Amino acid sequence: MRQALKPWFLVLQRLGIAFLTLIIVSFAVFFATELLPGDVAEVLLGQAATPEAVAALRESMGLDEPALSRFLGWLVGLAGGDLGTSYVNRMSVAELIGGRLGNSLQLAGIVTLVSVPVALTLGIGAAMWRGSRFDRAVSVLTISVISVPEFMVATLAVLIFAVWLDWLPALSFGVNADGFWAMLRAYAMPVITLSFVVSAQMIRMTRAAVIETINTPYVEMALLKGASRSRMVLRHALPNALGPIANAVALSLSYLVGGVIIVETIFNYPGVAKLMVDAVSTRDLPLIQSCAMIFCVSYLSLITLADMVAILSNPRLR
Amino acid sequence: MTTRTSFLSALPTPRKLGYSFNMTGRIGLLVILFWAVVAVIGPMLAPYNPGEIVDWDYFGPMTGDFWLGTDYLGRDILSRILMGARYTVGIALAAVTIACAGGVILGMIAAVTGGWFDMILSRLLDAFNGIPSLLFGLVTVAAVGSSIPVLVLTLAAIYLPGAYRFARALSVNVNTMDFVTVARARGENTPYLIVREIFPNILGPVLADLGVRFVFIVLVLSGLSFLGLGVQPPNADWGALVRENIEGLSFGAPAVLFPSVAIATLTISVNMFIDNLPIKIRDRSE
Amino acid sequence: MTKPRVTVKDLQIGATTDSGRDVEIIKGVSFDIAPGEIIALIGESGSGKTTIALSLMGHTRTGCQIRGGQITLGDHEITGLTERQRAALRGTKVAYVPQSAAAAFNPSKRIMDQVIEITAIHTLMSRDAAEKKAVELFRALALPDPDDIGARYPHQVSGGQLQRLSAAMALIGDPELVIFDEPTTALDVTTQIEVLRAFKSVMQQSGISGVYVSHDLAVVAQVADRILVLKGGEVQEEGTTEQILEAPTHPYTRELLAAFDPVKHEAKPADPSRHDQTPILEVSHLHAGYGDIVKGEPTVKILKDINFKLPRGRNLGVIGESGSGKSTLARAIAGILPPYQGDVLVDGHEMRPGLKARSKEELRRAQIVFQLADTALNPSHSIGAILGRPLGFYHGLKGRAREKRVIELLDMVHLPANIRHRLPGELSGGQKQRVNFARALAAEPELILCDEITSALDTVVAAAIIDLLKELQSELDLSYMFISHDLSTVEAICDEVLVMYKGEVVEALPAAEMSARAEHPYSRLLISSIPQLDTGWLASLERDPKLVEQFAMR
Repeated sequence: MRQALKPWFLVLQRLGIAFLTLIIVSFAVFFATELLPGDVAEVLLGQAATPEAVAALRESMGLDEPALSRFLGWLVGLAGGDLGTSYVNRMSVAELIGGRLGNSLQLAGIVTLVSVPVALTLGIGAAMWRGSRFDRAVSVLTISVISVPEFMVATLAVLIFAVWLDWLPALSFGVNADGFWAMLRAYAMPVITLSFVVSAQMIRMTRAAVIETINTPYVEMALLKGASRSRMVLRHALPNALGPIANAVALSLSYLVGGVIIVETIFNYPGVAKLMVDAVSTRDLPLIQSCAMIFCVSYLSLITLADMVAILSNPRLR
Repeated sequence: MTTRTSFLSALPTPRKLGYSFNMTGRIGLLVILFWAVVAVIGPMLAPYNPGEIVDWDYFGPMTGDFWLGTDYLGRDILSRILMGARYTVGIALAAVTIACAGGVILGMIAAVTGGWFDMILSRLLDAFNGIPSLLFGLVTVAAVGSSIPVLVLTLAAIYLPGAYRFARALSVNVNTMDFVTVARARGENTPYLIVREIFPNILGPVLADLGVRFVFIVLVLSGLSFLGLGVQPPNADWGALVRENIEGLSFGAPAVLFPSVAIATLTISVNMFIDNLPIKIRDRSE
Repeated sequence: MTKPRVTVKDLQIGATTDSGRDVEIIKGVSFDIAPGEIIALIGESGSGKTTIALSLMGHTRTGCQIRGGQITLGDHEITGLTERQRAALRGTKVAYVPQSAAAAFNPSKRIMDQVIEITAIHTLMSRDAAEKKAVELFRALALPDPDDIGARYPHQVSGGQLQRLSAAMALIGDPELVIFDEPTTALDVTTQIEVLRAFKSVMQQSGISGVYVSHDLAVVAQVADRILVLKGGEVQEEGTTEQILEAPTHPYTRELLAAFDPVKHEAKPADPSRHDQTPILEVSHLHAGYGDIVKGEPTVKILKDINFKLPRGRNLGVIGESGSGKSTLARAIAGILPPYQGDVLVDGHEMRPGLKARSKEELRRAQIVFQLADTALNPSHSIGAILGRPLGFYHGLKGRAREKRVIELLDMVHLPANIRHRLPGELSGGQKQRVNFARALAAEPELILCDEITSALDTVVAAAIIDLLKELQSELDLSYMFISHDLSTVEAICDEVLVMYKGEVVEALPAAEMSARAEHPYSRLLISSIPQLDTGWLASLERDPKLVEQFAMR
């Protein structure tokens, strides 16, 4: 019935939805942090909260304006790169985040580079030899990893690689990373932990996507033409599973967002997530808002990307 | 024959519910039941008062007196895990019940009525899905402060959109079936369609989905507690126990390990149980 | 006597069900195929015909295993080979033409690459030689544009063409045996003819042996030399095609043949006492469609200006191919798809378009019965609950009275009373369709809209349902609107027939004399395309190519 809808239209629609979602999300983030906790000025002043001091602070922070106009002002500021000023140390939020964002992106980038090839190989392999020992081993491993919290993967990694094997430093980022080897050692633990978490998701989804195409009549037809198992999977199933696999990759990478919060905290890694967790403990609202928006934007881009890949790879729409 | 009939054959029939689990599934069920019992009567089993400092040594090893060692203050870890079960299992169970009940009811209504109600609700909840779950918890707890009702509601709010989406997709499938069309053509009203025609046919997959969501909620709750935003001292769930004792990690203290193991046994066994449910119940679209 | 090309001796195939139970699917089947001979495996669903055909390639579907017996193809004993050795034979010695070519072609690869893939897998010839050979086969199979059709993707050609392309795919490796697995079942009758002709001519020229799997005796009669009648995994009767059609010996074969040619419905002479009565159903200028409503009209228009009257106590057939709008017509009349223009009158009483606008009493008088009892019965309700609901809903029956009436209804459709405690999943296809019909009867309607209610059933079971419908009609004073793509079923129960094409009624004909009275070119084409139980039918059939061009091969 909906054949009239062209893929580019669906993609545009998806982008539109993503944009709307972003507005709603920013609204939620702003009001959750700004409106609910009672009075920010009172919280900030703590013991020294005399009515006069509170009123003065409120005025200087612009808190006496209506909430909606402050929200709009904040949005306009965000769009223009003005992220506001930290309550705690009066530094510009953009400056605070600037240095940290690079670190987090670097971590995410390395994890992506490590986990995508590994996960695709294992996922496709498990699908190709479905029911074999290899497949069962991969299944048990992935289900164990996705069933446990990220911090447990991290603690296990520390126990194995730092405590028992003594290969790597346990909690790394106090030290300066000079030279390739030192950097590798420094990054190893967070990367291992995050890669495990992200790969497990990706392997499961890739395996499911490939198996779904293996169960189609045209792959059975290839079998009846005398094709070998690897030909069936690589030539017939895989080209049709590319869309779902790309979707799985993008979706799995969105787990990075949650994982990175835990991993940066546990390894004391100087990234945005650590900054945000610290900001939560000091109730530094402008900082929390900006960090939350960064995470929401990256998460939203990844799941929107996954959706668009799914739309574009659907053969019925081509 | 067609996908319609194969979907149909995957629908559960009540008589086939409830038995023919294999070995792995049974082990899973056993562990789940064990933790459920512990959650209820755990404190009675505890050898020591979970808040009492009973050992001079902190991060003590596993001994005959302290089966699972002692924590950073010298408290008995076994007793603290038994106490933590109540928080971890209880909060997760309450949250998953609210999330799934709300999601399923809204999902069925949206699927059957369609139109603008479906449109607006789906868009709104999809937008909600655009927020990473741990981050949502972080921001809410930072704003409102952490207490058990806040945790339950936050976790329920995080997983309600997913439960809604899942139940709606299933209901939309069932809704296109001829038996629903027949009921409509008979002149039945919407509540009848939802309660009698749709609900019995999505119950199996919804129960399986409830289990999967329970695992996610346990993980997010533990994550929040690990960050210090979950259950607050002097009480502690399993995630908070890991946080308290994280200092012991660098010398491999049992105090860090065993709370993690407790979480893992619970979540893995729920997953094991669901993965080995009879296929008829486990028809999942994700 | 020449050595047979294929020998199957005492073949046994078993399967293990999900619950771990062992079932025998094929129970000791033996037969031979001579070089150049086409043998048909005929039987109902579950008779094991496809399982046997696939086993000739050494392949069994998931869960099944060959448990005993011997299959020999030429010099190779297939049952004794390893999977790798079997793979070497597939495509070169034995090839397969699937039921649904649309599903068996990989959507993301060009047709030519898939047709010549066998030559690449088994390194039979160079790519150029293979493509040349493929084009020759396309030509022999009467495909349009044989030189360039290979460059297209599967979704760019029609279903009938894909089916012939899949034959080219099977023949490219010069196999000794080709297996046709219900290759025309998914096609419309007007398309089926061309495909059957193409198959027949290439098989005759090449001298390849064939196995033709089908449930349709009339189709098989056109292509097969010999017929094996199967039921429950056993051979019931084996003989040449003439022998089976003319002088069947096994009672089951006779039953199959009898079901194929049901007793024609005797058109009731118009009852003079009812002459001036209003018709039970009158439809005038009916328009319906799907999609968004723009200026009072839906974007996808299906039904255009439908007019007819159905007098009380008589039956109206609606025939047409897939996409003709015949099921949409039933839905529009029932109010499931509200018509956007035109009137529906039941017993002279005007029905408003949508379901919500109709009263309970209006809904009660006209009931609709759907094709697939599998999806029409709620799998989680007992039969008693399914039949009890309309009784409570329309007639306010409760408790004992309701139960008594459920038992009566079951008795009317010849089902035992204790079946009311079962779930639909525990019933056979025929039993489910009876329950489906009994639910409509529960409302005590005057008009029943039957949407292809026998199409998904095996011939023998379908014939029994038709008999039941006739019996109930005389008892209960019902009128049926009977939608079907199967002319012989319509002939068996209807007084008058509407022929539909692309959402319009092209002609109304008396059921008893359809072929004699048809005037519209499409009705003539459709009626002449129905296969007959006569081995010479396909060869002698002459069709106006212009007509075929115009109406078929869509």
